[in-house]
Formats: sequence, structure tokens, C-alpha cells
Amino acid sequence: MTHIKTQYNRRSFIKVSAAAGGGMLIGFSWLNGCKPNTPELAEGVAVPKEWFEINGYIKIGETGMVTIYSPNPEIGQNIRTSMPMIVAEELDVPWENVVVEQAPLNTGWYQNQFAGGSLSIRLSWNALRMAGATGRRMLMEAAAKEWGLEVADLTASEGMIKEANGERSISYGEIASKAVGIEIPEEVELKAVNDFKLIGTSVKNVDGKKIVTGEPLFGLDFHREGMQLAMIQHPPAFGMKVKDFNEAEIKSMPGVTDAFIIDTTIAEPGGFDEQGFKHLIAIVGKSTWQLMQAKKALKANWETSGELESSDTHLKRLEKALVSGEVVESRKDGNPEAAFKRAAKVIERTYSAPFIAHNTLEPMNFFANVTEDAAELIGPTQTPEALEGSVAKLLNLPLENITVNMTRIGGGFGRRLYVHFGVEAAAISKKIGGPVKLIYSREDDMTQGTYRPTYRSVYKAGLDENNNLIAFSVKGAGLPDGPIFPNRFPAGAVDNYSAEKINAETNVTTGAWRAPRSNFTAGAEQSFLDEVAEAAGKDPIDFRLELFERAIKDPVGEEYEYDAERYAGVLKLVKEKANWGETKPEIYRGVAAYFCHSTYVAEVFDMVVNDGQPTVQKVWCAVDCGIVVNRDAAKNMIQGGVIDGIGHSMYSQLTFENGAPNQMNFDKYQLIRHSQAPKEIEVFFVENQIDPTGLGEPGLPPAIGALANALYKVTGQRHYHQPFMTEKQVVG
Amino acid sequence: MANYSLKINGKTEQIDIDPTTPMLWVLRDHFNLVGTKYGCGIAQCGACTIHLGDTAVRSCQLPVSAVGEQQITTIEGLSENGDHPVQKAWVEEDVYQCGYCQAGQIMNASAFLKKNPNPTDKEIEVAMNGNICRCGTYLRIKKAIKTAASSENA
Repeated sequence: MTHIKTQYNRRSFIKVSAAAGGGMLIGFSWLNGCKPNTPELAEGVAVPKEWFEINGYIKIGETGMVTIYSPNPEIGQNIRTSMPMIVAEELDVPWENVVVEQAPLNTGWYQNQFAGGSLSIRLSWNALRMAGATGRRMLMEAAAKEWGLEVADLTASEGMIKEANGERSISYGEIASKAVGIEIPEEVELKAVNDFKLIGTSVKNVDGKKIVTGEPLFGLDFHREGMQLAMIQHPPAFGMKVKDFNEAEIKSMPGVTDAFIIDTTIAEPGGFDEQGFKHLIAIVGKSTWQLMQAKKALKANWETSGELESSDTHLKRLEKALVSGEVVESRKDGNPEAAFKRAAKVIERTYSAPFIAHNTLEPMNFFANVTEDAAELIGPTQTPEALEGSVAKLLNLPLENITVNMTRIGGGFGRRLYVHFGVEAAAISKKIGGPVKLIYSREDDMTQGTYRPTYRSVYKAGLDENNNLIAFSVKGAGLPDGPIFPNRFPAGAVDNYSAEKINAETNVTTGAWRAPRSNFTAGAEQSFLDEVAEAAGKDPIDFRLELFERAIKDPVGEEYEYDAERYAGVLKLVKEKANWGETKPEIYRGVAAYFCHSTYVAEVFDMVVNDGQPTVQKVWCAVDCGIVVNRDAAKNMIQGGVIDGIGHSMYSQLTFENGAPNQMNFDKYQLIRHSQAPKEIEVFFVENQIDPTGLGEPGLPPAIGALANALYKVTGQRHYHQPFMTEKQVVG
Repeated sequence: MANYSLKINGKTEQIDIDPTTPMLWVLRDHFNLVGTKYGCGIAQCGACTIHLGDTAVRSCQLPVSAVGEQQITTIEGLSENGDHPVQKAWVEEDVYQCGYCQAGQIMNASAFLKKNPNPTDKEIEVAMNGNICRCGTYLRIKKAIKTAASSENA
């Protein structure tokens, strides 16, 4: 039986009060809460204040309707549905009686809300369970008191409390007001995983109806009476700065109320302050179209302030870094140099990937209303707390005078971890002294930076005369961050192993892009292993399983980021589901597996040739993300990740000439479309009782490897350089 | 500037505006019908799809001056209570992730199904190829279109 504490050092994670209009209101710290096994902190160690911040609410109304106020940003991972499911499970109410609302707007409530790194569910799991279980326990105590019984004499399920050996029953709604007076229990019992009724089922998106009817949910849809609109123009190239522009002419254009240059330099920038350009031309006016016309009429003088890099420059820098760059992180097991020397076969291959943009379909935008002593910001951000801090620095205002509220987010993929567009809106609002909504055009969005870095890695494997993998090395460079995870697979599975990470410089700005670095390493490593397996004359799944077997029985070295049994588990599951080994005429198969963000995913791709084009016909995915919360929504995330992985590795790239991206919109930057998506994607989950882990990212990386391996079967050529469509495709 | 009388979602609306203004911005900025989305502005992504008469068009490429007497339908006017068969199918198949492109997808799909009530998979792919879903919900969109087609034919 698992118990969970509701307090730490007499400070409670839970606050209970009477709800307006009757019933019970339970406030709790949504993202944090004492874990069942939280180690006792040493005397004098500061307890993080966010442990106790109340930012989620459960209202149990007298009618029995339960309203769960979720503070989380929704970027499409469906947490506004799946997280309340966890509360409802422990509270034990029927889902039909649950309403999910956005937590009311208030300063500070959104601190510590964050949607990144596939962390939402992982961080909240215990807190959400505790809140629900506390509510259930308090309702039971209130009923026990009412009837003069002990809690042990009662059962609570589906919103009803019943006398175990009697006739009496009472609904949560009827007893809720009385539960307000019950003392908050110091610890509560959580349900056994086997007793889950709601978790693991499929619950439809609580915002579905609003989405299909076009309700104003997104930042770009936000409107406030009296607000103006603004657009920006940043320099056309990295390494350029704005000097001046035809201000008078622009200001005289129809609908334009103001035009000026903003400086958004932040003192001591934090991790989410990545800024492509700090000085921007801002144009303010009444309508978007008029602002777009004014942008076209801009005549700006740009001055060169840094190097104007081209794709050639980038390639040369990566090549040079791989030869002579400084290694910033590494791992070495055994003696790889000696092992390569005595190997019967050595395979060495180089892989690369270009810069890519996030291209969230909703372009960057933010509303800001800056007054003399306060700032209010509303819009699509994954990191409201970071934005708050940056705006406070920019405007030189105390943190408590800044309010950030979140809208639904029209795609994140990491892009909206960065807060510059909110900062820019604040700078514009300050200058005009009124409320304003900043809107990026697609071109502004695509050419602003914050891209996925460009990567280049060299993989090398040595096989002995019996085709055993005796040596493995990888050296990876990135602009700016090398794509290496030294302690990931196959570390631990090969006696002689080396991994070296090399960083190199660029003035093109970069940031986290869905499954950072994994979105490259998975494709490279998994297609390399496929080639090595082939050279060893082994089936690609058996070859990997042999390596996992080694890592389980007799791991090499001390540290690993992965659990070899769970890794092997998804491969075995996908092998079974896809009937791996079965051959069908004109069907070409590839496989890959990858672990990132605490979740294991293996994928098998079946490709066919349609009208001379290799096309993915069917995909099988096996996923180990621990307990599955919302089954169909979890499948949706994995399916989306697979399509995203295929799309970007096959079609997408940003190339540069004299510091400027060559692709500015979807006419030249290709995103995957309906006809290019697989015809079918089946998703299978490993059933276990491990706490749930993230799904936003892990579906994507292995898709690139599986695609490359299936493409090889179709074309007879290996694919080393993304996007694969730029490599010559010879079919048949 | 010029005066226009526009038929939007069954109502007649007056506006005095630059004739080159695309309907996308007329709807969003002037009538606060923000269900129609801006994605690219160059007719590549389909997020701004509306109906002009019975035809799905990219509102970012439709100047207000070209509308004339034709009826405009946006996502807000597709059905009275969000119960158009295509909207219902979208909810049934739980299609969306971020949801931003879906109004455009629904508007394109509903116009397409009106012309082709029994589409093949291939026909759906061709018809929907101009609508980008950055989250990759393409398979669910296809399934929802088939669900809507079978419910309409039921």
C-alpha cells in the first residue's frame, strides 16, 4: 500500500476552503508535492518554495460536479485532459461529472508551470494523485463523522460514499460542504495501480468542441478593447544589425500609428533568453494587413556586426571541429584504439543534419500592457516564469509587478520555451504606453533563429572474425552543441567504447527542438547499427538484442542512462507485433529503437514504392512509458512524433547564404503533408506499473532511423545526410 | 478605401476598408472571427481556409474586393451548434493535438465531402494535401473524414 504525505515539516501542500456557491475547494501544488519516498532533507537545507505553491484547484460542488482547475500550458500534448484524469482517478469520481477549467488568472499562479522535456506528467504524477486522494479521504472522514462511524467502515467510489455493512450512502456533493471542516490528513493512501478505473482508458480532449468550432483559444486570437497591433522587422541576416529606417515615411502610411526601433537586450540573459536579434524595427497600427504593407515599404539600413555565415561555412566548421575541435564531454571504456586495430572489419560512416526551424503553425505572438509600474502579458509561452523574469529585467520592475498568463499554444516543439517575443511585446507596449499584440509574420518566424542546431557525427565500429562488435566509437560536432550522449546505448554493451562531444561556434541562434540532439543521434546511431548488423551478417533486431543482453548480464563501465531490459522489451514487442522476419514481396522493412526523455520506443517501418516514390505504408510502434494515462491521446502523441520524424528527416532544411536563411516560408521550406504521411501507424504499449514518463518527444527520434533503414531496403543505398530527399534516390 | 457589404455566416456586414485586404484579416481583425487562422499568408498551409459559396478557398489570397455577393462561411458559421458531421467526426476521432490548423482542415474537408461524398483514401490525400498539420494528425484527419462521409451517407 502506498502512502503519500500531504505536508513537509508541518507545511502543507494542500489548502482546503469552502467553495463559493457551496461545496469544497481543495487547492494544491500542481507540479510538486511530497513524493512517497522523498528523502528527509537534512536540517537547515532550504525546502524549495515551489513545493508549497498552490496553483491547482479541485472544486467539489454540492451537485457532485467536480471542477478541476488546471494551470498548465497546453501545447498539444493533451495534458489538460490527462492530468485531471489522474486527480479524478484518486478522488474516484465518474469522468462525466468532471469539468476541466483553466485556473483563474492571478499573479504568481503560473510560476513553475512549464511544458518542456516531456516532463509534465512525470513531474505532476504524485502531486495530482495526492490531491485527489486527500479529497477522497476528507469526504470519507466527513461522512464517517456524520454517521458516527469510522472511515474504515465506509467505501468511496464513483462519487458516492457507502456504509460497508449498512444501507446508508451519500454523494460527494452532499457531504462536500461538511468536509471543509475536516483536518487535512498528514498522509493519505493511494490507490493500487491494479484498481485504476480511469487511468489507462481513452478520454477525449476536454477542449475538443472549442477547437472544432473555432473558439478564440490561442494567443493570436487574444483581443482586448483598445489594444493596437504591432509587427517587427529584424535584420535579414545573422551578423547584421539595424542602423536606421525610413521612419517618417512608414509613420505616414495608412493605419500606422507609430514606428521605432526597440532594444530588447536583457542584462544577464538566462537559458530561455535566446534572441536572434536584439534591436528590431517595430511598427504599430490598427490592422495586420496595414502593418504588413508598411513592412513591405520599409527601407532599412542594416550594418554588418558579425560574420555572415553560409551553409558552406557551417559544413567546413563542422568538419574542422571533428578533426581538431576541443572535446567537451566524453566517455571511454576499454581500449577502443587497440580494438579497432585488431578488428577483422572496421566500418566508419559520417552522418549529418541541417539547421531546421520549429515552424509552429501559430507564429510567435504576445499581448503586452505595460504601465508605469506594472506589466501584464498574455500569450503562448511554455515558460511563463522565465518570461516574467526577463520582462522584469527589461523594464526594471519588481517581479511581483509582472503578470504572465497563458493561452492555448498553437504548437511548441521547444520553440516557445524561449521568451523573446513576449519581451519584444513588452518593449513595444512600454514605448507606446498602451496595450498591444505583437504578431510575427511567417517569414519573421522562420528567419528569426532559435533553430535546431546543425550536426555532423562520425560513427565507427569494429567486428572481430566471429562478427562480434568489439569496438564502437562516435564523435559528434554541432553548431553550437555536439550531438552526443556519452552514457546512452551502446555504452555499456561494448567492451571498447568511446564517445566524444565537440561544440563549435555559429552566430545563428539555436534552441531546444523536439527531442534535442536525440532527434539526430537516433537516426545516425540506429542506421549505423543497421549497417553494422548487416556487415556482421545478423538480423538487425537480433543484433541489437545481443547487445542489450550483454548490457543486462555484464555491463561495461559504471554509468548508463538506460535500462537495458526495458530497451530490449520494446524491441521484442515490436518484433512480435510487426511479425518481423516475415517477408512480403515489394514491402521493404526497417527497424529502429531509441530511448530518450525516460521513455523507450521501437518502430518498424514498411515501405512500398508508389509511382516511383518510396512511401511509408505502415508503422508499428512499441512504447514503454510506464503507466499509460490516456491511451488514445498517448497514441496520438506517438503517431504525431513518427510523422514529425519522417517529415523533418526526409524533407526539411534551412540553408544559409551570407547569414540569411534561404527558406522563409512554406513554399521553399517543405513540411510533411497528408500524402507523404504513413498510411497506418499502430501503437502498442508495454504494460507495467512504473510511474508514467513523457510522450511528447520520444516517438520522433527512432522514426528517423527506421525510415533510413527502410529506405535502404527500397533503394539499395544508405542514407547519411538529412534531409534524405536531397540524397539521390535510386529506386529499383 | 472602399465600402463593402459582405455576407458572412448568414449575416450581412458592412465594412469600409482597403480593397486589397485579404478576407483572412477582414475576418480576424475587423469582425473578430478568429477561428480562421493565419499560418503562412501565401496559400501554402491551408490554416485560413473558408468557404466562398460552396468552395474551399484560402482566405489569405482572397481580397475583400473579389468577394462580391458570394456567401462566406467560416468555422464559426459551419454549423449552429458545432454539430456539422465533419465537426462531430473530428470530436469522435479525437483528431487534434495543438488544434491550430484544425479549423482550416475542417473547412477544407467539409467542402470536399460536399463535392465527393464517398472519397477514396487517395482522393482524401489529394484534396487535403494543401493543409499542413504541424503536429502530424494526418491519419486521424483521414479517419475523421471517412467517419463523416459514412455518417452523412447513413
